[in-house]
Amino acid sequence: MSILTEFPSIDTETLRSLKKSIDAGFKNFSRNYGDSIESFFEPVRFLLIESEQFLINTPWPIIMAIIAIIAWAGSKNIKIVVSVVMILLLIGYFDMWENTMKTISITFVAALLAIVFGIPIGILMAKSNFFQRVMNPVLDVMQTMPSFVYLIPVVMLLGIGKIPGLIAVVIYSIPPMIRLTNLGIRLVNQAVIEAADSYGASNTQKLIYIQIPLALPTIMAGINQTIMLALSMVVIASMIGVTGLGQPVLTAIQNQYFTLGIFNGFAIVGIAIVFDRVSQAYGKRIQESHGTINDK
Amino acid sequence: MISKPYIKLKNVSKVFGQNPDTVIDLVQNNIDKVELQNDYNHVIGLQNINIDIPKNKIQVFMGLSGSGKSTLIRHLNQLIRPTSGEIVVNNVNVTELNKKDLINFRRENFAMVFQKFALLPHRTVLSNTYFGLQIRGVKSPELENTAKYWIDKVGLDGFENYHPNQLSGGMQQRVGIARALANDAPILLMDEPFSALDPLIRIEMQDMLITLQKELKKTIIFITHDLDEALKLGDNIAILRDGKIIQSGTGQDIILNPYDSYISNFTAQVNRGKVIECEKVMKKLSKDTFSNVTITKETKLEEAVRVMISNNINEVDVLNSKNKYIGTVYLNDVMASIINPIDEP
Repeated sequence: MSILTEFPSIDTETLRSLKKSIDAGFKNFSRNYGDSIESFFEPVRFLLIESEQFLINTPWPIIMAIIAIIAWAGSKNIKIVVSVVMILLLIGYFDMWENTMKTISITFVAALLAIVFGIPIGILMAKSNFFQRVMNPVLDVMQTMPSFVYLIPVVMLLGIGKIPGLIAVVIYSIPPMIRLTNLGIRLVNQAVIEAADSYGASNTQKLIYIQIPLALPTIMAGINQTIMLALSMVVIASMIGVTGLGQPVLTAIQNQYFTLGIFNGFAIVGIAIVFDRVSQAYGKRIQESHGTINDK
Repeated sequence: MISKPYIKLKNVSKVFGQNPDTVIDLVQNNIDKVELQNDYNHVIGLQNINIDIPKNKIQVFMGLSGSGKSTLIRHLNQLIRPTSGEIVVNNVNVTELNKKDLINFRRENFAMVFQKFALLPHRTVLSNTYFGLQIRGVKSPELENTAKYWIDKVGLDGFENYHPNQLSGGMQQRVGIARALANDAPILLMDEPFSALDPLIRIEMQDMLITLQKELKKTIIFITHDLDEALKLGDNIAILRDGKIIQSGTGQDIILNPYDSYISNFTAQVNRGKVIECEKVMKKLSKDTFSNVTITKETKLEEAVRVMISNNINEVDVLNSKNKYIGTVYLNDVMASIINPIDEP
């Protein structure tokens, strides 16, 4: 009984033609629409290039000062500011400044896009149980599908370069933004919502005056996770032409340059720590000003 | 004394469950709560509620937990929609309002105070207080000025910039009351506002509410599980049990004529001297002259005793509101009425 030893699959011929026709269809699609899709992403490319140019061309002491000021504004903690500056000084001293700026640039743009799209989607999910049921499997796919798999169609459509890399990073890093926005809004104390209803608050007023402010600590945790994931995608994205700290790591893997790999690897860890500490400290400060996360 | 009803509930029923419409006929025909729960798997929230609530008075709904009192108060501003029946507030049938009209109606007519305060934790006392105004589109500086006025009024002057979690329970509820009053809505819904507070603070808050009400004359719907509180505050009291009103009237009516043993169990614990008025125990007499120590017919028995004892007399003359003599009360009768009758059902 071959049916027990071998799984009854469709025969090789059918399978091959199936794959062939899908591939052909997609190739056709990308030939016909590739250009218009590319022009659709033009604003993003512009943003990406501008931010990269700004970070690279501005003298490093100014950039360092800007980052230190942002760190201070976010954390109000001198220890965090000092360690941020120390990390950046070390990165610069080991001649990784330019690549670091490129990585910060793409991480920044990717996180920005994830926030801009993620928060509204998260709000919609919180408002509609149906939309939540639809989105959950989509988010599961985005988080678990190996990134190389969705890199293929993106590269076919847009070629190799910054934009497909950015898209891959955004797809990979947006789910926690969406999920935590949804969660944060759903966890807002129902008694407070009822109070708002009793005073005649509209849905928009509830969202602006109550749900978003009270969900903000959770949303901040989502932003933090999004940034971390975006950074961790930098190496993979370097395979399709994203410049920055990922590229030397890729070279190091291919040529077994241990030191090159470890230096650049540590630089990625370094900026991850910078992003993480600053955004977490900021989230914590919001939480403290609300003061009431515990007594929900 | 009874004015035209300002709020009117007509045959209001609420059923919780999968398909309330399928059992609403049974509920309207007075099916027993337990029977509906066991045989039809639906829960009665309210059953055939009929009541007229006059304007500018404090209407108390009293009941134990599960009696439907919180469900009832939420029907007035339609936080809960009834399964059947009609709720008329200020000549508007609120059950027929669409979502947008309902939002506007709530803004203009209702303010609510909650048992667990339900303050906005991320806002200061000041911005919590003007929340209702902000919702209605009132702008700065009127927003802050009105809020400040009411914060002073409830005795929280100087706490404007505190967050709710920095305040004690009593102070938090003062914010809740300030928020409700700042809204200047004619109807104030109070859902067990003082139940979560310490006994002494509770009495303090009750006194504050009485003082405020003398000045404001709002229509207040007050929910409580405490008969003493109900008697102290309520111009009218309705007692709820299993989603039904079993007795409704003034505090004195309920004390003197409890409808059934369920209610007399409550009233047995009450200090009758603080509720019953002299008119009820007065001997109607007529004479032209009366002594210089007098009381009015609304004087509570306890106060009458105090007057008699401090003047070392056994009887005192009673006057009506026009200062005319209408009768005399005797210390014996008063004392007999203050102690609980033993032969009650």
